[in-house]
Order: sequence, then structure tokens, then C-alpha cells
Amino acid sequence: MLHKAAQVAVTETTYREAIREAIRDALKRDERVFLMGEDVGRYGGCYAVTKGLLAEFGPKRIRDTPLSESGFTGAGIGAAIGGMRPIVEVMTVNFSLLALDQILNSAATIRHMSGNQFGVPLVIRMATGAGRQLAAQHSHSLEGWYAHIPGIKVLAPATIEDARGMLWTALEDPDPVLIFEHIMLYNMTGTLSPDAGPVNIDKAVVRQEGRDISLITYGGSLWKTLEAAASLATEGIEAEVVDLRTLRPLDDATIMASLRKTHRAVIIDEGWRAGSLAAEICTRIVEQAFWDLDAPIGRVCSEEVPIPYPRHLEEAAIPQASKIVAAAKALLKRA
Amino acid sequence: MTATTNKPRLSRSHACDLLKQMIRIRRFEDKCAELYTQEKIRGYLHLYDGEEAVAVGVIPVLEKRDRIVATYREHGHALVRGVPMKTALAEMYGKREGCSGGRGGSMHMFDQATNFYGGNAIVGGGLPLSVGLALSDQMRGQDNVTACFFGEGAVAEGEFHESVNLAALWSLPVLFVCENNLYAMGTALAISESETNIQRKAACYRMAAEAVDGMDVIAVEAAARRAVAAIRQTGQPYFLECRTYRLRAHSMFDAQLYRDRAEVEAWRAKEPILRFRSWLEQSKMLDPEDLTRIEAEVAAEIADAVSFAEAGTWEPVGELTRFVYAEKTA
Repeated sequence: MLHKAAQVAVTETTYREAIREAIRDALKRDERVFLMGEDVGRYGGCYAVTKGLLAEFGPKRIRDTPLSESGFTGAGIGAAIGGMRPIVEVMTVNFSLLALDQILNSAATIRHMSGNQFGVPLVIRMATGAGRQLAAQHSHSLEGWYAHIPGIKVLAPATIEDARGMLWTALEDPDPVLIFEHIMLYNMTGTLSPDAGPVNIDKAVVRQEGRDISLITYGGSLWKTLEAAASLATEGIEAEVVDLRTLRPLDDATIMASLRKTHRAVIIDEGWRAGSLAAEICTRIVEQAFWDLDAPIGRVCSEEVPIPYPRHLEEAAIPQASKIVAAAKALLKRA
Repeated sequence: MTATTNKPRLSRSHACDLLKQMIRIRRFEDKCAELYTQEKIRGYLHLYDGEEAVAVGVIPVLEKRDRIVATYREHGHALVRGVPMKTALAEMYGKREGCSGGRGGSMHMFDQATNFYGGNAIVGGGLPLSVGLALSDQMRGQDNVTACFFGEGAVAEGEFHESVNLAALWSLPVLFVCENNLYAMGTALAISESETNIQRKAACYRMAAEAVDGMDVIAVEAAARRAVAAIRQTGQPYFLECRTYRLRAHSMFDAQLYRDRAEVEAWRAKEPILRFRSWLEQSKMLDPEDLTRIEAEVAAEIADAVSFAEAGTWEPVGELTRFVYAEKTA
């Protein structure tokens, strides 16, 4: 214990704590920043992300809201236009549909529609994804839908560094930024450098290099993909893992650079397959790197069902390492 | 008119201003309708004919620093607020000289210089925005008022209830102005609301609320003065239900199958410009020359606006995707 404490170079933390630290940091750095959402204060946040912040920053800056997603999201838009830097927390992506009018019809349109007179520097955070047996109204991955919308930016931090670092960069952005936090990552532990700070929000990153196939993913699926890559490695297949990080705008350059190296790709996306972000990436690869492909592009997405409650069905509905391995091997055999 | 009962000191020049503003809106929109038939203006065009007393009664009561959120029937609000008629019309032409750069059109007039935050074509969509603008003022200790205009149709939307509740709960300086013209497009209030007394809905959120004759510009102005004074004093929101009527069709595509011509004619007899003008004439506060002068000034302003819009330019297609996001300042 003493030996470990003496090192102090890195701290043990969780994805949840990293986000909380990012919020604390933002609240301290900029008095225009405040947080509002359902149960963010007294309850401490549905996923305990904001626990303790009310006591530290008070009820003006940590605002519990009524269950009025459209109302408080729209209030965040208005406050952003009025000069504040609000962070709106929506409890889960399914509930964000109640605020979709404000996100799409106001936040995403006002700058363009007003001829650049008004911008909306707003950050909206929400939980996304399946894995906790929360069934068909709390488990979906709709970040791909949001990535369809011009006028907003969409982030999916998959690592503790990104959980810590993306928020501040998002708050400095003059346009609305949505941050999707996968529910299965909140308890993820890891280390964080004491000087960890803001990170870019416009670049994908190669999390693992490889030459045989590109596995392109984001968010909660990153870790399943890395697990799949490790499994493939035992069979002599070197997979490259690309973490998109930002779903809108997509970093085409990093995707295509990986493709030109490996000539094969599987896209792993917890959204439903039809009309998915995976479909968009697939199309971009075909448009931009078709002649570099040695095999059809594979996709591992969620099955076309509402996410079911029982564990075995939930697991069957969403991407898993075994499915990623199978998809990768299928492409390599065919190649 | 209620002026006699409320006894505000209605000066002759102020009376002329009010009349002129209403005439400005009416004549401007008559011209817009004409330009629509000439296909100079396209898309939807929602006219304010009959409701002018609301914008004219409320908006001049506000200070320059205050904020305005309006609906897709917002030409009148924009004009009264001080958005130049020529940039408003250029916007309706879709010209880049328009108040939103031509990007928004009739339903989406924005103007930073006058704190005019649109032009929102989602019924009820402007209410949360106004709550947020007021929240930013409250958090920064600024005593601005945000005036939010919306129709009675918006009252059926969840966003209405969410916003009115938030404003009352958080003591936000919003002046909610419901322009109750009795029809949400073609659906009458009586067949869409169980409680048709709109101000009661706001009152049950513990907000000061009153209904006023929205065809009476003096009554509207008096109510707006009370409301704005109360908001500045208390920081609390205030709700004004202005009972009015839309004399023209909902938009240019509306055959008006849902109401009788007789009903429209009955309301036309109560229309705010004729009513105010007649009262001023009876009170010897308006000379025929005043009216002639007002009409001439308005006609000249409209002619200028038409020339300006006609001479306006189209945004190059190459700029189509500008301002989806902020441009980096290099």
C-alpha cells in the first residue's frame, strides 16, 4: 500500500468518477457552467455520476429538474443562447426522445436558420446501451440516430481518459454537443494521470494496431472488440481496433487509413443494424476506399428487436466478442 | 376602450404611435399576401390580421435589453420590436439581406440586434427556450424580461406545461403572452381543451395570470405594463392571455372550412385598428391629417421594403453548408 501510494503518478478511478471529476473541473473553471437534469442533485444521479456535487456547488448550479425532458433541455438551449454553458443530463437515451423536438428542431437548427446570429453552446449528457437487463425502454443505443443530425456533435467516450477529457472540450465548443455514456462502462476501473485534462473531440484513435483486419467501433463495444481482437490474436490474426470516439463528425481519415492497411473491416455498433451508424461507415468505406477492399465489409450490430429483459436474450440481441470474432474470421476465410 | 377606466395618461403622440404600429403591420401583411400571390414569397405565410393589438400593446412596454421569443406568425412582433421592415421582407423573399440571411423565411425571423429569438414553427417549441433565456438572466443577476408569445394551440402541448411549471418553480422572469385566437389552425379551442379559460391553467401553476381583451390595444398595453412591472419587481413570471381573433386564414393554404363566414364578420366588426381609430376620433385625439400622414408614411416604408427585397441577392449555393456549425476564427 505504501509502495503504491509513493508512486502517485497515476490514480485508480472509474469511468463514473472520471466524468464526475470532469464536471467538477468544469464547474470550477467557468462560472457559466451549471448542470441540470432529473435527480442529479439530491439523489446523486441515476447512475451516481453527480453524487456529492450538490453539496459542493449548491442548488443553483446543480439543479434537480422535474420530469420534463423537453422543458429542461429547451431551457438549456435558451440558457446557452443567453450566455451560460449548461450541461443537461438526460437520465437515459430512451428518455431523450421526449426532448427530441428541442434537440433537433431548436438546438441543431438555430445557428443555420438564424443566419449565424445565435449559437447553442450546450452539452447534453446521457446514458446509453444495454447490459443491465433494463428491457426495452431503458436499453437502446440511439446515438446513431443523433449522429444523423447536422448541427450537433455526437461523442461516445469509451475510455476513462475520454470520460475525463471530452466534457471540457465539448463545453468550449460553440455548438451543441451530445455525450453518450454507455451504462456498462460506469463501473469500469482504470488509472488516470493526475494531469489528465481535455482531449480532442474530432479524431478517431487506433486503440490496437494490426495488419489483417480493421475492427471499427465506439463506446461500450470497444471493450468487447478488444476482447475479440485478443481472441483473434491467439489464432494468429492481427486485428486493428479503431475507436471512433466522435460519431458526428466522423473522422473518415483515420478509418480509411486503417482500411488501406488491412483491406478488411468489421464495424461493431450496438445500434440496430438497419439504417445504423455502421451502415453509414460502411457506405463511406465503399465510397472512399472501395479499391482497397479485399473482402466485403462485415457488421456486428444489435438484432432487429426491442432489447428484451432476460439475460440470455439481452446478450443475444447485442454485439458480443464471440460474434465479432466470427464475423472477422468469416471475412478472412473468404478473402 | 378601457383607457377611460384604467386612466393611463394616453398622450396624443403615444396614441398615434400605437395606431401607426398596428396599421404598419396590417398594411405590410396585406402587401405580403399580394406578394405571395405573385410568388415572390413562398412556403408558409401566416398573417396576423386581427391580432395586431397584442404585439403592439406588449412589445413597446419592454426595454431594449429585454428578450423576445415568438412563433411562426411573428411578422408583427418583429416589426414592432424594431426589426427593419426591409430586412423582414427580404427574409420572406429568401434573400441574403433578410434578417436571418434568408435562411429562415416568414416563420423564422431572428434578429440579434433587437434580442429577437425567432420565429419558432414548432407549436410550443419557443416556451422552453424562453425559460432558458430567463434562467440565464437570473443566474447572471440581470433584470431582463423575456417575453414569450404563443397561441392557445400551444397550451395543449406538454412543453407549455413543462415550461410554465419551470418558470414558476424557479421564479424566472418570463412574460408569457398567450394569443388566444380561438383556433389552433382549424381546431377550435372548445373542441380541443377541457378548460377553455387559458389563464386558469397558468394560475394553477401559482403564477400571476390574467385575461385581457386582445382586440383592445390600450387594455393590452395596460396589462403588459402591470405584468412587466410585477416581473421586474418580483422576478416572478407573469401570464397574459390576450383574447383575440385571426381574421384571415391560418396560412395561405387554408380554405377555412372550420368556421362560418358570419363568425369572421362578427369579429371583423371588433377588429383592433378600426376600433382604436374610431375611439381616437371620437375622443378628438386623431385628426384626419394624422391618419393621412400615418398611411403615407407606412406606404412609403412598404415601398422601400419592397424595393430593398427585390434588389436583394441570393446566397450563393456554395454557402449552403455554412453555419451548420460555427466557423473557426483563424
